[in-house]
Amino acid sequence: MSIAGFAFLVFSFTIIASALMVVASKNPVHSVLFLISTFIAAAGLFVLMGAEYLAMVLVVVYVGAVAVLFLFVVMMLDVDFVELKQDFLQYLPIGGAVAVLVVVELIMVVSVWAFPSDADLALAHPSPTAAQTVADPNGPTNIEAMGLILYTDYVHYFQIAGIILLVAMIGAIVLTFRTREGVKKQDAAAQIGRKREDGVELVDIPTGQGLS
Amino acid sequence: MGIFETLSFAAPELVLVLGAMVLLITGVFIGDKSAKQIGYGCVALLLVAVLVVLFSPTAPTASLFDGAFRIDAFSTFCKVIIYLVAALAILMSDQFFAGEKLRRFEYPVLIVLAVFGMSLMVSATDLISLYMGVETQSLALYILAAFKRDSHRSTEAGLKYFVLGALSSCLLLYGASLIYGFTGSTSFEEIARIASMEGANVGLIVGLVFLISGLAFKVSAAPFHMWTPDVYEGAPTPVTAFFAAAPKLAGMALFARVLVSSFHGALGDWQPVLAMIAVASMAVGAFSAIPQSNIKRLMAYSSIGHMGYALIGLSAGTAQGVKSVLIYMAIYVAMTIGAFACILMMRRRGGMTENISDLSGLTKTNMPLAIILTVLLFSLAGVPPTAGFFGKWYVFFAAVDAGLIWLAIVGVFASAVSAYYYLRIVWFMWFDEAAEPFERDASPVLQFAAWGSAILMFPVLTVFMGRLTEFAGRAAAALF
Repeated sequence: MSIAGFAFLVFSFTIIASALMVVASKNPVHSVLFLISTFIAAAGLFVLMGAEYLAMVLVVVYVGAVAVLFLFVVMMLDVDFVELKQDFLQYLPIGGAVAVLVVVELIMVVSVWAFPSDADLALAHPSPTAAQTVADPNGPTNIEAMGLILYTDYVHYFQIAGIILLVAMIGAIVLTFRTREGVKKQDAAAQIGRKREDGVELVDIPTGQGLS
Repeated sequence: MGIFETLSFAAPELVLVLGAMVLLITGVFIGDKSAKQIGYGCVALLLVAVLVVLFSPTAPTASLFDGAFRIDAFSTFCKVIIYLVAALAILMSDQFFAGEKLRRFEYPVLIVLAVFGMSLMVSATDLISLYMGVETQSLALYILAAFKRDSHRSTEAGLKYFVLGALSSCLLLYGASLIYGFTGSTSFEEIARIASMEGANVGLIVGLVFLISGLAFKVSAAPFHMWTPDVYEGAPTPVTAFFAAAPKLAGMALFARVLVSSFHGALGDWQPVLAMIAVASMAVGAFSAIPQSNIKRLMAYSSIGHMGYALIGLSAGTAQGVKSVLIYMAIYVAMTIGAFACILMMRRRGGMTENISDLSGLTKTNMPLAIILTVLLFSLAGVPPTAGFFGKWYVFFAAVDAGLIWLAIVGVFASAVSAYYYLRIVWFMWFDEAAEPFERDASPVLQFAAWGSAILMFPVLTVFMGRLTEFAGRAAAALF
């Protein structure tokens, strides 16, 4: 067995085992930790496929941001999962019916799936697929390929994404930022702009009378 | 096409977004005392954008950014109405926010950014640009709903809207990914080609149904309407006025473009889905509005019902159907803005009032307001001499022409039921004991909006109806 084949087995086993543990573990914090391990193993699989950029994104975004956010939520909300599970049987019939319905739909959808031929694939993907990149050592790596199209073909979307982030930022500030009264702050401009006359007062005191 | 030529086609959007950024930075430096001026700046931006759209020297039809963004008579029609309504919504808000001590410069800027999103929506010809337009619009709207952040109801409205909106975006994205999976393309043109060439298979239809669900949420059509009454009631009233008008038009335009330009080949598959949504919305709009005592909640149910009527026209799937939707939406937007201008005038010394009972005996205390509101309510109900009747007329006729006679009949029944609760308010105003009078210091803008829309609703403007149908016809033809 090649090293890559062995690595594939290790990663896929880790994914399945920790995904099971996400659902099975009693403590929600452990669930989130197993979720992180699932993400990291999936990133490993992406590396094996030659999609190192996706692997990085998975680690940075999902492990770095999303999972940590989950962790925060789980710790802050202090949800009693044991209590939640008690209603499980009560909702089982409806939930089960919906689940069966969705599974039937998915089977119907997947059954009509037709895999495109290699020629169609080449037409559909202006940038080389991961498999092609691995096969062609002289072609652009997939980060290069992404850079090539992100600022040319997809510049429209790229710019709109920027606006969306701006809106989100304005929202965060509008909804949460409060200027509190009575907080002492350092105002450099006011400090520098202060003149001698503002701070010093010269008083003529007649001799022997003191300062009243 | 060179980059500058490409950008010149997108000039209205560039004006909006660059102007919004400049005003945002100005506001940050000057602070909230500049809110009024920033508001005027945003209104000016929107008016400039209207002029740019109308007098654009470029060809009437152009497709930019690899077919992600399209300018045609359809997008022009929708953009002009959206920009004008947004400008009015900003102007109408000033007195309200001044009264609530809530004047902040971010409000007009967020409206402009939401309008930018709507602009992208009505021009979207690609699944990715569709989603990004919807998301730009929605994010700005979530913030606006929670704008009165010290009020419990307003924050609840914002949070509810956000969570349910995120859910609907999931549906929309899931549908889009299935459509992409089964056609191999995100461009509407390409999807239309593949759908008509290979026929719509199950996967494509399931994807389309999910996409329709996501869009139905955005226009608050039943059964995806649950958020509407709470959000409308909780959000500050000028924000509700904006919610009820502009995003509805943008959502409906997007609906029409997706269904007609990319799935016209699958008409038989989506027609029953849309017809069912239309029937459900009309039923919810007609029956759930009856027990309401808060006028903003009533308007929420009324808007759900109106979306149902508009969807009747869309489910016809013909050029005439799309034309009737555009006419209906233009009239709906005009009368809704007028109705909300009246609601904003319902002010007593203690603050705003929102109860229907506060309107009783209005003729004895404030005759002009009573007359305006009566005209608008008649129009909302679709009583013959008003514009609301003509809107319904076009929609029902489009349905009958497309062979959906039963749908038109259901529509007539629903509007008969809904006439009950509109006319009940008219009854209160004319024949009931007078309630405590309202303050009579409404700002000129509110007066203008209320009078203007009441006058537009009256058949005096049959000339105007002719122009409207002409523009709407040209816009609808651009999709086919």
